[in-house]
Amino acid sequence: MDQLLSWGRYPYNLQTPHSIYWPDDVPQALTDSGSAGQDGMLVFGCGRSYGDSCLAESNHVLVTQNMDRVLAADWETGIILAQAGLTLADVIRIALPRGWFLPVTPGTKFVTLGGAVANDVHGKNHHVMGTFCRHVSRLVMYRSDEGVVDCSPAEREELFAATVGGLGLTGVILAVELQLRRVVSSEIEQRVIRFAGLDEFFDISQKYDATHECTVAWIDCLASGKKAGRGHYIVGNHAQEGPLELAPPGGVTMPIDPPFSLVNQFSLRVFNTIYYNSQQKKEVLSRVGYDAFFYPLDRVLDWNRMYGRAGFQQYQCVVPQQDSYEVIRAVIQQISKSGTGSFLAVLKQCGKSVSPGLISFPLHGVSLALDFPQRDHVNKRLFSKLDALVHEAGGRLYPAKDAHMSAAYFKQAYPQWERVEALRDPRLMSQFWKRVSQ
Amino acid sequence: MNKTIFIVGATSGIAEAVARRYAEQGAQFFLVARNSHRLQAISADLAARGAKEVQTFVMDANNSDLIPQMVDAAWQAFGTIDVALIAHGTLPDQQRTETDIPYAIAEFRTNAESVIATLAGLAGHFESQRKGVIAVIGSVAGDRGRASNYLYGAAKAAIDTYVSGLRVRLFKSGVHVLTIKPGFVATSMTADLNLPERLTATPESVARDIDKAITKRKDVLYTPWFWIFIMLIIRWIPAAIFKRIKL
Repeated sequence: MDQLLSWGRYPYNLQTPHSIYWPDDVPQALTDSGSAGQDGMLVFGCGRSYGDSCLAESNHVLVTQNMDRVLAADWETGIILAQAGLTLADVIRIALPRGWFLPVTPGTKFVTLGGAVANDVHGKNHHVMGTFCRHVSRLVMYRSDEGVVDCSPAEREELFAATVGGLGLTGVILAVELQLRRVVSSEIEQRVIRFAGLDEFFDISQKYDATHECTVAWIDCLASGKKAGRGHYIVGNHAQEGPLELAPPGGVTMPIDPPFSLVNQFSLRVFNTIYYNSQQKKEVLSRVGYDAFFYPLDRVLDWNRMYGRAGFQQYQCVVPQQDSYEVIRAVIQQISKSGTGSFLAVLKQCGKSVSPGLISFPLHGVSLALDFPQRDHVNKRLFSKLDALVHEAGGRLYPAKDAHMSAAYFKQAYPQWERVEALRDPRLMSQFWKRVSQ
Repeated sequence: MNKTIFIVGATSGIAEAVARRYAEQGAQFFLVARNSHRLQAISADLAARGAKEVQTFVMDANNSDLIPQMVDAAWQAFGTIDVALIAHGTLPDQQRTETDIPYAIAEFRTNAESVIATLAGLAGHFESQRKGVIAVIGSVAGDRGRASNYLYGAAKAAIDTYVSGLRVRLFKSGVHVLTIKPGFVATSMTADLNLPERLTATPESVARDIDKAITKRKDVLYTPWFWIFIMLIIRWIPAAIFKRIKL
């Protein structure tokens, strides 16, 4: 197997993979991998974490993609127990024809169940369904100091709370029990509303979030002045009738690593202007498949490579509700001024649901995510300005996307981090955790 | 009509990938393996993926006394078997086989004798049902002995020859026999080897080839396809030269 990188390909630290096929491979793999008796291992799923949270301190990772079996499934109740390497794409493939779907899904289906748990991922329906782990009823784990252990919200609650959103540090997740959600159709009733600026975003959000399970906004991060914060608000509900069909598999790949980033000021401005204006009507209603609605980016299987060898960083923050308007506005202004940013800038109103993990990312407020081609000085300067804004407002950054946050900011934003550290498996350590916990 | 698939070595990486393909078509299974925990997990997984029914039989393939019982159980369960896949095997440590003779013999038994015994046990049942496909996983390693794994290669060559004869015998009864010769495949069996990335296939792509070869009643399948040319060249190299090449 090839050496591995995180999704943003920055920092460029190649990981040596050790494949896990069965749960009982884990103890030995933890002992054998790397140089003898080495600590600082980490589990690696599909490698969709952007920064260094999926990189092992030792640069040796246990890859779980081949440990991907459904161990039990009750199609009456929609509860499945599956090994941690099963991807969300596989869960859909197995469950959708029987009328079940993921209760919560991130913007890619190419993540493992273990990864979804370790990052307590969220999606377009956060304001209704909360985070992924609110629907996880049990975990089976292996800890180097205890062997195989079970935990749930009722049993070993502290270990459960430290593990969900715990960035894979509290043990190797072997199996996940998940409550699926019923769907009648594989289609989504989608509504796309064009908005001219941030004020309108907040108005629309107030109006539509109550009636739509899924909501998200794309914004033009380069627009400034009056147009600042313009974009498309995309909302949807699972259709109440219609076919129950799997989307055809497949997708295109990047044929080569471009020598430089294809995302630059010029291409970005052209794309954003065309995309914003691609919808001339104020509102467009349509019916789309789940793949097009939830996973538009999955169509280019390795789109991360379009940023070239240098890679990219994603900046994702969430700002508490009360000051969200001012802070998000200030953040967008800074980004627009810097002239950098990405095709995909995503704004999302997160709901009041309390996340089950000690260091889960989402909180009640507004989340903003954008990709930045990796340019050391530009990013450093911009990020430090954004960090200050977010931090002052009591907001925080998403560890799954991060490659830069300071230890001081992390500790303040995630005050429960020490409870996770207390339960960290002594053999596991990520580069992210090393950076922010010391 | 749902197909009935019989697999010996059901926990092997290639067998599992093949089984998943059939499960999605609603097949029913009779699975044989020695590790009951793994067999249990695979059977639950196949059921979730669409298998109509999964029955299991725990045995070590080296225990040839159990073969008649296993074969009877399979036919008793389903009446007919459409496809039998013989997939069990190990990858011996060649260096150890050169000094540890009991080990070498045990490995040869697992990879050759137990396969032959299983096939012998199956052949009669297939002959009398007068239809179906027996697919046997051999290896490109059986095409010519190489210094790096000639014990394994010798076992696979034995299977190759046996299966070739069995194919002729069963042809008269309308039973088809397929020899599968995979090249490098990324499975748990090869996890410790440093396989060349570009030549290494996934079990899923190998399973796709096997599925197709079974449908098309192919006699010998090299998978991925390019191995047929690699092995053609390797077989043609005169021994005087071959013994000087490190392969």
